[in-house]
Amino acid sequence: MPSIDYLAILPALVLLGASVLTLMLSALLRHSLSARVATSLSVLAGLVVLATSVAQWVDVARHGASSTIDHAVVLDGFSVVATGVIGVSLVMASLIAHDWLVRGPVSASHFYTLSLAASAGALVMVQANDLVVIFLGLEILSIGLYVLAALDRHRSASAEAALKYFLLGGFASAIFIYGAALVYGATGTTNLSAIGYFLAGNVLLAPGLLVAGGALLLVGFAFKVAAVPFHLWSPDVYEGAPTPVTGFMASVVKVGAFAALLRVLVSALSSQLTTWRPIIWVLVALSTLVGASMALVQRNVKRMLAYSSINHAGFILLGVWAGTVRGSAGALFYLMTYAPVVLASFGVLALVGGARDDSHDIDRFRGLARRQPVLGAALAVLLLSQLGVPLTTGFYAKYGVLLAAVDAGGGPIALIALIGAAIAAYFYLRWVLALYAEEPIETDRVSVGRASGLAIALGVVATLLFGLWPGPLAALAQHATLLFHP
Amino acid sequence: MHSSLWLSLLLILPLLGAALAGLVRARANASYRVGVAVASLETVLALVVAVLYRSNVPGAGTFDFMGRWVLAAPFGLAYDVALDGISLLMVVLTALVVLVALFGARDTRREGAFVAWLLLLTSFTMGSFLAHDLLEFFIFFELTLVPAYFIVSQWGAAQRARAALKFFVFTFTGSAFLFVGLLYLGLAHQHQTGGALTFSYSALQSTAMSSSTATWLFVAFAIAFAVKSPIWPLHTWSPLAYAEAPTAGSIELSALLAKLGSYGLLRFAVGLLPLAQVHVRPVMLTLAVIGIVYGSALATTTPDLKRLVAYSSLAQMGFITLGVMTGSKIAMVGAVLLMFNHGVITAGFFLIIGFMERRRGVGVSIRDLSGWQGPAPVLAGLFTVVMMASIGLPGLSGFVSEYLILIGAFATHAWWAVVGALGVVLAALYLLWAYQRVFHGRTSEPIEDATTSERWALVPIVALIVVLGVFPRPVLDRISPSVQQVIEHVAPAGVSK
Repeated sequence: MPSIDYLAILPALVLLGASVLTLMLSALLRHSLSARVATSLSVLAGLVVLATSVAQWVDVARHGASSTIDHAVVLDGFSVVATGVIGVSLVMASLIAHDWLVRGPVSASHFYTLSLAASAGALVMVQANDLVVIFLGLEILSIGLYVLAALDRHRSASAEAALKYFLLGGFASAIFIYGAALVYGATGTTNLSAIGYFLAGNVLLAPGLLVAGGALLLVGFAFKVAAVPFHLWSPDVYEGAPTPVTGFMASVVKVGAFAALLRVLVSALSSQLTTWRPIIWVLVALSTLVGASMALVQRNVKRMLAYSSINHAGFILLGVWAGTVRGSAGALFYLMTYAPVVLASFGVLALVGGARDDSHDIDRFRGLARRQPVLGAALAVLLLSQLGVPLTTGFYAKYGVLLAAVDAGGGPIALIALIGAAIAAYFYLRWVLALYAEEPIETDRVSVGRASGLAIALGVVATLLFGLWPGPLAALAQHATLLFHP
Repeated sequence: MHSSLWLSLLLILPLLGAALAGLVRARANASYRVGVAVASLETVLALVVAVLYRSNVPGAGTFDFMGRWVLAAPFGLAYDVALDGISLLMVVLTALVVLVALFGARDTRREGAFVAWLLLLTSFTMGSFLAHDLLEFFIFFELTLVPAYFIVSQWGAAQRARAALKFFVFTFTGSAFLFVGLLYLGLAHQHQTGGALTFSYSALQSTAMSSSTATWLFVAFAIAFAVKSPIWPLHTWSPLAYAEAPTAGSIELSALLAKLGSYGLLRFAVGLLPLAQVHVRPVMLTLAVIGIVYGSALATTTPDLKRLVAYSSLAQMGFITLGVMTGSKIAMVGAVLLMFNHGVITAGFFLIIGFMERRRGVGVSIRDLSGWQGPAPVLAGLFTVVMMASIGLPGLSGFVSEYLILIGAFATHAWWAVVGALGVVLAALYLLWAYQRVFHGRTSEPIEDATTSERWALVPIVALIVVLGVFPRPVLDRISPSVQQVIEHVAPAGVSK
């Protein structure tokens, strides 16, 4: 029986517990669980995760990184910060979902049971130090998401999105686990630290098995983070899934998948840097350029943000490509700052989308900032942050990964990514222009619920505050990466 | 050394003004009054700084008012300000031009927001000129895009959306090269010293590098600055943006933001990468000369007055680039002076065109106008002064700077100077021809002459044109030591004095 450090797995336990609690309450209570209670429970769970991550940070800072449950789960600075990000994302996603659940046809308890469980899966991925545990987290996360995507039964697009996501996601999971099996075959272990140790001490005379396994693992991850050319599902799924679920995908899923990817590449396969770097290079170039270019021609803003998030995934991969402490810190900083911004953006989309969550044409945003200056300005700030304008966190996020890439000798790929950002600027600005258009189409005012308003305000304040003074977050990301479990 | 608080005040004052103008936007005229008051205060502050400035602070070269605070150590991000003779001139220009633009090119449509954006732009422009740190400069350089974008896209003419988008995307793409280049330079410096990451100007100056690295970095830097300036062939966004922007926007773009390009070229591309000089000089000089001839030729053919000034600006920026890149001290002093003079002159041009648009509607075509001299003699007179300064009539400011550039360039790079001098001839051609068609002849329309407030708006411009034409000494005395310092840094790398 391996020893268990309960502090390390407390966040995941809290979320699973909250998920089960929601499920039990909805089954046992005579009336269905009210959205207010369910949201409060989910927000509370998110805050507890955040608080636990603070306690974990203190522990890691004092005693250093450690692993538990037979080295399958780690507690290090990197996992702690990623856990905190997931906690914050969960809080914001719950707030955004609240207004939709209140007016929508979807049961709040269903939504939260699934989203809490999926978040627990993301936490498992963040802390996993074993390919099998990563797979476990990935599946908990994905299965929750498949159902979440289908939750809006009144729109056929929602079911279509779920089916697409499920079929393609199932393939990706199969590819991932096959890759894990091949890596096991090559190294004799699935533990990431042990793989790294084995590869550092042994030279593989026929590395074909390892290369094939690593490549398949990469494919699995690239699918989850929607990197080109494994992105084809994402625009359809982003468009079809209920908007709060889309926000959840763009934040929590990205954090979980990128954290696990970084751990696999840096912890287990760092000795194979020269092999996987060219692959990531191609992913970065394609994701930034294709993501930005495809976004240009979209009229549906959810599809647009889907392509925009592909573009962002390209930038985060740039930090991965570097394969250095600076690169991991840059990628982590990117995730820390991107998650609140993208969630708040989807918060605005959910509000503008209306009660049926189906009006996402860009024309719906024409003149929004004239009718409702505060909401319009908030969205403008969020879009400018995604564009990467200074004084918002978006600039420093890009700065961090670019710095790492150039430091690792990646001037050309940094330049390619920046050209992608310049193309992306075009559609962010077109959207901002629509917001401030003078001839508004006659539409009703968008009613801003208190919960969504709070979430959007959080995103805007975070991006402006840390855009003005990125020092604390940058230092946190750097310390977190230095406390990486070897 | 003086306290850096002065410079921080220059930066913060317009920020506070912008916030205030936004807050009081509901009351009629209130935000306008805030804007004019803040811009006046800023101008006074800039002049005080100009009087206080000392060019011989021990240990700081010609920099004064220095101050540095690190904001984010892992990113090498710092707030670092300092002022030397070159930036001093730009700071005064910024404050003055904004005041004139606010006063003379008032736009009453949603005035609160307009004034707020204008003051924000002022603050960011100030920040770029005051930055003593490459990263900080870049941040302010990028930031200026946002208010400029909103000013053009919200208050511009019919094609404003396209113009604003083109302006933003061109400049943003150009900046990408600068971004990668500056990261490379900062990291190279860090690896050499083994210390913390820093982009401090004085630290980066000591970075050792091979001449081919320096050349590549110079190319990266120059692309960004060439888009901003604009320098041929990366100028294609500018005629559209200048023509479609509201009057105050055209003034800001051409008088101030364009100077960010040439200032950046001088301070960061030339100042930080002396080894690149030998390789890039012929190319840059050629581009500058092409810009002079090409801009002048197009200015001759365009019927739109704003575009005419845009193309003439392209030619003038060619002169500035010529002066910056020759490496002769006289030409470089002339280039810095021309940055200032061109700012003043082009602000005057766009103001007067703005006045004409008030009378005739947006989009003043030379073909539709004639005989304005009769009903509007004062306006014609003011235009003549600005025009003559632009042509380079001795006794007016434009002459001094162009003369310095050409004489300096002739000493070191005679053939480029000879071709560049064509620009002076062509300027006389297109400006006088335009003047003839607009102001001579007859007209039956009743045209109102310049109003009192319009005259007042042009007073500082005409005054500066005349004073700097007759007595440029005090300004030259402030520029020279700083230019000398740049030359001394560049000179060991094989640059003629």
